[in-house]
Amino acid sequence: MNLKPEHKDMLEGRYGEGVAKAMEIQTAIGETFDAKRMVPITRAHVALSSQDADLWFVEKMLSLGATCKVSPTVNPSIDLKYLNQHLFEIPKAGVDIVSATNAAYQKIGATLTFDCTPYLQQNVPGMGEVIAFSESSATPYVNSVLGARSNRESSQSALCAAVTGLVPEYGLLLDEHRYGEILVEVEADIETDFDYQLLGWCYPELYKGLEIPVFTGIKARPTPAGFMNFGAQLNTSGAVSMYHIVGVTPEAPTLEAAFGANKVKHRIKVTNDDIARTRDRLCRKGEKIDFAMFGCPHLTITQVETIAKTIAERRFAVDFWVLTSSLTKELAERMGYLDIIQRAGGHIVADTCIDVPPCWQPYYGKVGVTDSPKCAYYNEIRGIKFIIRPIEECVEAAIVGEVLQ
Amino acid sequence: MGTKFKCKKISKGCVEGKVIISKDALCYYLVEPESGTVVERNHDLEGRNVAGKVLIMPSGKGSSVVQADGIYKLSQHGNSPLGMIIEHADPVLVSSAIIFEVPMVHEVDPEFYAQIIDGDTIVLDATNGVLEIKK
Repeated sequence: MNLKPEHKDMLEGRYGEGVAKAMEIQTAIGETFDAKRMVPITRAHVALSSQDADLWFVEKMLSLGATCKVSPTVNPSIDLKYLNQHLFEIPKAGVDIVSATNAAYQKIGATLTFDCTPYLQQNVPGMGEVIAFSESSATPYVNSVLGARSNRESSQSALCAAVTGLVPEYGLLLDEHRYGEILVEVEADIETDFDYQLLGWCYPELYKGLEIPVFTGIKARPTPAGFMNFGAQLNTSGAVSMYHIVGVTPEAPTLEAAFGANKVKHRIKVTNDDIARTRDRLCRKGEKIDFAMFGCPHLTITQVETIAKTIAERRFAVDFWVLTSSLTKELAERMGYLDIIQRAGGHIVADTCIDVPPCWQPYYGKVGVTDSPKCAYYNEIRGIKFIIRPIEECVEAAIVGEVLQ
Repeated sequence: MGTKFKCKKISKGCVEGKVIISKDALCYYLVEPESGTVVERNHDLEGRNVAGKVLIMPSGKGSSVVQADGIYKLSQHGNSPLGMIIEHADPVLVSSAIIFEVPMVHEVDPEFYAQIIDGDTIVLDATNGVLEIKK
């Protein structure tokens, strides 16, 4: 790479060991992808996870004296107090790692939003803005839906970017790499937010390459939750950091604009049969459930409203958890949705992730229902079996204690 | 002397070991840390063990957090792969390999893929960009 004198100084330790370490990692990434230089960022989001590797790395950076030049927003952690009051006494190991992680991120200069949907609130970039966002639902959203520019950062590389205020310039930061190569003709009927979960999971099963897909045949603009679901699943089932939907996303007003000078390298059709096959493979058959869980990614206020309206003064037969941001929880309270969910015996918990072990230990080996394939996928390792259904059907299942179909 | 092939360094280091070949992208979170066994349903390597092997795969996949945590936990148990050879580099896997010091290369001579067989022993010299199949 061709580093400016100032960036060379950073790499050589003139600004401290922390900055030097971050630069060392970032320039190694840059060289892998043939970046020519480092460029400034204006925003960052780090996928804090309170997992062993996460704490290990942020503490390592702190021990080298690193602080954030660009304060990143961060992913959810665990609301220890709430879960202690309403679920179980969280084991000391869990309390320790969550508390240590939160403290370390505060110390390094992060903004403790504890939310995985920064692109909807608190850290929303504009068109063309160069940023470093990790979090699998965030990278596709900021690139595809908002037109901002972020590579698919890991939580570690995004933290390095927050420390240096720089990223290596490659990939999605450059015009020529933002055009599509794969034409995806959607013949399936994709309408609801849940349909986007399935389409997002299905496409990487049909095509495994990392080229940018261009979707046609989408009849109406997805809702923010639809976009959120779509990106989360595309980037979990596969590694899709950016897509275009012709006539919908900002860099794809037309098919020509979406492809630029690129030729169509592959043409993929997605039919109702393909979606049905994904659903059969992924969603499991109905059976008795022990709990319901939503919020991977964190639910929007509209999704919380859907839950509240579906409940209609009935009570849940099983534990029921809605995970969202602290802002959305407050809004849900103001709108009366929190009361409805609590009267039914359910919970809205802020700042919390479905995937911070061991805080959901009471459900290990149990059967749950969720609307999120990503939630189901990451809990396989803990022996939690999730049946996947649209939100409304999940609510019905939680009321009778069983997924009927 | 075996046959040598060119490749490009991602994460430095030099290792020798048996290869395991995956048709599917791998997410390290769905590998059991205590054993190194792949537990992802319907995965090409489901039930097979990656510990101490040189893993050949198309790419990484999975969320921005879980690759690093998966590799970290495997290495804590001494079960991380010895090295990785990939076709499509993605920043999540690349930064994990660099931070946890697992040698990794990409842009491999296509002839390597024509000759390599699951279980072969190779030398992966990422630092100098050379792969050698030992026969």
